Amino acid sequence: MSDVKHPFDDHVATIPAAQETPAGPAAPRRMTLNMGPQHPSTHGVLRIVIELEGEIIVKAEPDIGFLHTGIEKQCEAINWAQVVTLTDRVDYLSNLANNLVYALTVEKLLQMEIPPKAQWMRVMLAELDRLNSHLVWLGTHALDIGAMSMFFYCFREREDILRLKEMFSGQRMMTSYIRPGGLALEPPRGWEKAVGKFIRAFPSKVDEYESLLDSNPIWKIRTQGVGFISIEDMLDLGVTGPMIRAAGIPLDVRKTEPYSSYEKFDFIVPTRTENDVYSRYRVRMEEMRQSARIVVQAMEGMPEGAITADAPHVVLPDREKMKTQMESLIYHFKIVTEGYRVPAGEAYQAVESPRGEIAYYAVSNGTSKPYRLYMRTPSFGNLIALPTLLEGTLIADSIASLGSMDFVLGDTDR
Amino acid sequence: MTFFIVSIIKSAVVAFVLLTALAYLQWAERKVLAHIQLRVGPRRVGPHGLLQPLADVIKLITKEDMMPSHVDKFFWFLAPFIAVLFALIPIAVIPFGTELNLPAMDLGPLHIPAIQTAMQLTDINIGVLFILGISGLGVYGVALAGWSSNNKYSLLGGLRSSAQMISYELPMALAIAAPLLVLNTLSFRGIVDGQSGFMLGFLPKWTIFQVFPFNLISFILFMIAAFAETNRVPFDLPEAENELVAGFHTEYGSMKFAAFFMAEYCNMVTVSCVATLLFLGGWHPPFPAEYGSNYVPSLVLVGAGILSFLHGANPARPFDRITLPVFGVVFFGLAVLIAIPAVALPLMPIIWFSAKACFILFVYIWVRGTLPRFRYDQLMSFAWTFMFPIAIVNLFLTGLWVALS
Repeated sequence: MSDVKHPFDDHVATIPAAQETPAGPAAPRRMTLNMGPQHPSTHGVLRIVIELEGEIIVKAEPDIGFLHTGIEKQCEAINWAQVVTLTDRVDYLSNLANNLVYALTVEKLLQMEIPPKAQWMRVMLAELDRLNSHLVWLGTHALDIGAMSMFFYCFREREDILRLKEMFSGQRMMTSYIRPGGLALEPPRGWEKAVGKFIRAFPSKVDEYESLLDSNPIWKIRTQGVGFISIEDMLDLGVTGPMIRAAGIPLDVRKTEPYSSYEKFDFIVPTRTENDVYSRYRVRMEEMRQSARIVVQAMEGMPEGAITADAPHVVLPDREKMKTQMESLIYHFKIVTEGYRVPAGEAYQAVESPRGEIAYYAVSNGTSKPYRLYMRTPSFGNLIALPTLLEGTLIADSIASLGSMDFVLGDTDR
Repeated sequence: MTFFIVSIIKSAVVAFVLLTALAYLQWAERKVLAHIQLRVGPRRVGPHGLLQPLADVIKLITKEDMMPSHVDKFFWFLAPFIAVLFALIPIAVIPFGTELNLPAMDLGPLHIPAIQTAMQLTDINIGVLFILGISGLGVYGVALAGWSSNNKYSLLGGLRSSAQMISYELPMALAIAAPLLVLNTLSFRGIVDGQSGFMLGFLPKWTIFQVFPFNLISFILFMIAAFAETNRVPFDLPEAENELVAGFHTEYGSMKFAAFFMAEYCNMVTVSCVATLLFLGGWHPPFPAEYGSNYVPSLVLVGAGILSFLHGANPARPFDRITLPVFGVVFFGLAVLIAIPAVALPLMPIIWFSAKACFILFVYIWVRGTLPRFRYDQLMSFAWTFMFPIAIVNLFLTGLWVALS
C-alpha cells in the first residue's frame, strides 16, 4: 500500500479560484461540494456544484439535463392531437397549465373560437391545478426547512385535488383533459358538488397552514431576509411567477394578457416587496386563496353549452354520432389516422403557470405535425437565477432558497 | 458476595429493560409521529406493529457491514463504540425508585438472605456531575465519525454537531446548577429525597414549583439545551437530512448505524430521566397518597382497557376485532394487579418515575412533529446570546433567593 492521497486534495488543486485568491496569511481553502443529482433537497435530479468557504457558498453552478426527455423534439414526430399527452409530462406537477397553453397555441393557429363553458371549465381546472402545485411546493419547502408534518397536511389536500382530476379525466396526474378545440370529456355528473365541497373547505386549510408556520419564530428566522436577488437581475435573467411578484412587480399573464376569459374573473395579483424566501411563501399562500376564489366564481357562473368548439375537423366526434352518421365517421377516421392539419404559420401563447410564465411557440408548415414546438418554461427561466441567488449565502440557506424557487426538473429539461 | 450477585442481577435487569425500552421508544416515536402526520405508522409486523422493533434489529444485525475504502479505519470503527458507550454509561447512576426490601427466603438448599438495595446501579454522591461529564464525552463519537468518514457531508455534520453540543453544555450546566443550589446535593437520591412532601397539603415540593419562577425557567432552559444536546428537532442540524444527507453517520451502515441511532435514543432516555429527577420530583406522586394517587395507574389502565374494547367493537381494520380486546383484557388484568396494595407499594415509585420520563419523551416526539429546524448560525447565536445570559441571570437570582431565605 502506497500512501493514500487525501481525497480532498485533488478537488482543492483543480479549482482555479483557489489559486487566484490572494496569498495572504489567511487565504481560506475552498471546498467543492457536489449537491445532487441524488440529493434529498434538490427536488428531482438537479446537480449543483457548490464551492464553499466554510459554510458560505462562493460559487454555485447548476448542472441540468439529467431529466432531459427530448419532448420538444418528439413533438415534431407526432401529430398535433398527440402532442397533448406529451405536454402533460413537461411540468408534471401542473400538467393542466401545460395542456392549456398548448391548446391555446394550436387554437390560435387554427383561429378557433372556444365556447364559454369550455373556457370557464379550463379556468377552474387550471386554478385547481395551481392549488395542487402550490400545495406540493409548500409541503416540500417546509420539509426542507425541517417542518416535517406540513408535508403530510399539504398532501392530504393535494390528494383531494387529484381525486377531482381523476373524476374529470380518469387520470390523477397525466390528465390530457384540455385539448385543442375544447375539453376531452363532458364533465362528470356531480362535479359541482365534489368541487364545491373541496373548495369551500380549502381557505380554512390555508389558514391552518399559516397558523402552523407563521406563528413559529423558527420558520420566520429561517425564511426572512434569505434568498435575496435584485429586481434588475431577475428581469435580466427572465425570472417570472411568484418569485418576481414577491419583489413587488405584479407580473401575471392572467392580468397582463388575459386568456381563456380570465378578464371576467375578479381576483387580485398578490405582491410583496421584501424579495426573500418568506415573501415568496406569503405570495404563494395568498395566491392559493385567490385561486380558491376564482374556482368558486367559475363554478357559480359556469355557462351552459357545449364543451368543444364546433369544428368537426379538429374535435373528435361523439361516439353516438360516429356510429350513426357517415360524416362523423369520416372525420373520426381522418383525425385518428393522419390527424388534423393546421394552417401554415406561427403562434406564440403565454399562460401563467403556478411557477411563472409558460409559453409555447408553435410553427406549422400546414401538415398534421408541428414543424417546431418551442416551450418557454418557467422552471428553466427561474433556475438560471440560481447562481446569483446562492452566492454569498450559507449552505443551510441554499436549501431554503432552492425551495422558494419552486422548479420542476421535467419543466427545466423538457 | 451478595453485593456482587445483586449488582450483576441489577445490571442485567437494567440493561435488558433499557435496551428494550430503546427499541420500543423508536416504535412509539414512529407511531406518535405517524398519528400527528395523518398516517398510521408501522402495523405490518405483529399487531399494531408491535414486533417492528424486533424486525428492525434483525434487519440491522444481518445487513452487510460495508466499509468505504476512503475512511480512516481505526477512528471510523471506534466512533460508534464511543457514541454508544457514553450514551449507555449515565444510566448507571440514575435511580428509578426508592429502596427495595426483599425478605430472606429459603428455596430448598438455596438460602437467600434478606436484601436491601437501592433501585439504582450505583449511588455515587456526585451523580449529576458524573452525567454532565460523560455526556460531554459523547461529542467525541460524533466528531470522530464525521472526521474519519472522509466525506464532506459527514465532516460538516460532525463539525456542526461538536460545536453545537459543546455550546449547549454551558447553558445546560447552568440550568442544572440552579436547582442544585436549592437542593444542596449532587447525589440523585438526595435530590429526589429533597423534593418529597407537599406544600399547602397538595402542591408537591418538586423543584419546578419551588423558588418560583426561577426553577421553572431553569427547567425550560434545561429542556431546550437537552433537545440540542441530543440532536433532536429543532436542533437536529448534525443530521439535517435535507442539507447534509445524513450528516455524520452518512457513511455508516448496518449495526454501526444502529449504534449511533441507539446512542441518540439512549441520550433521550437519559435526559428525560435527569429532567424527571432534577425538576419533576423523581418518583414522588403529583398529589398525596391520601387523595388516592396510588390508584391513578389502575384508573389509567382501566380507561385504556375500555378504549381498547370500544375500538375492538368498531374495528378500523379486520384484525382489530381480535387484537384490541386482547389488549383490553391485558390492561384490565394489570389494573387489578396494580390495585393490590402489596404489589402497588414497591411498584408505585417506578410507575410514577417512568410516567414522568415517558411524558418528556412524548414531548420530544411531539416537538419533532411540529417544529422546523434552526439554521446553524442561528442555533449558535441562540445558545450564546439568548440562553447563556438568561441562564446566568437565573442562576444568580436563584443564588440570591437561597442566600436570603
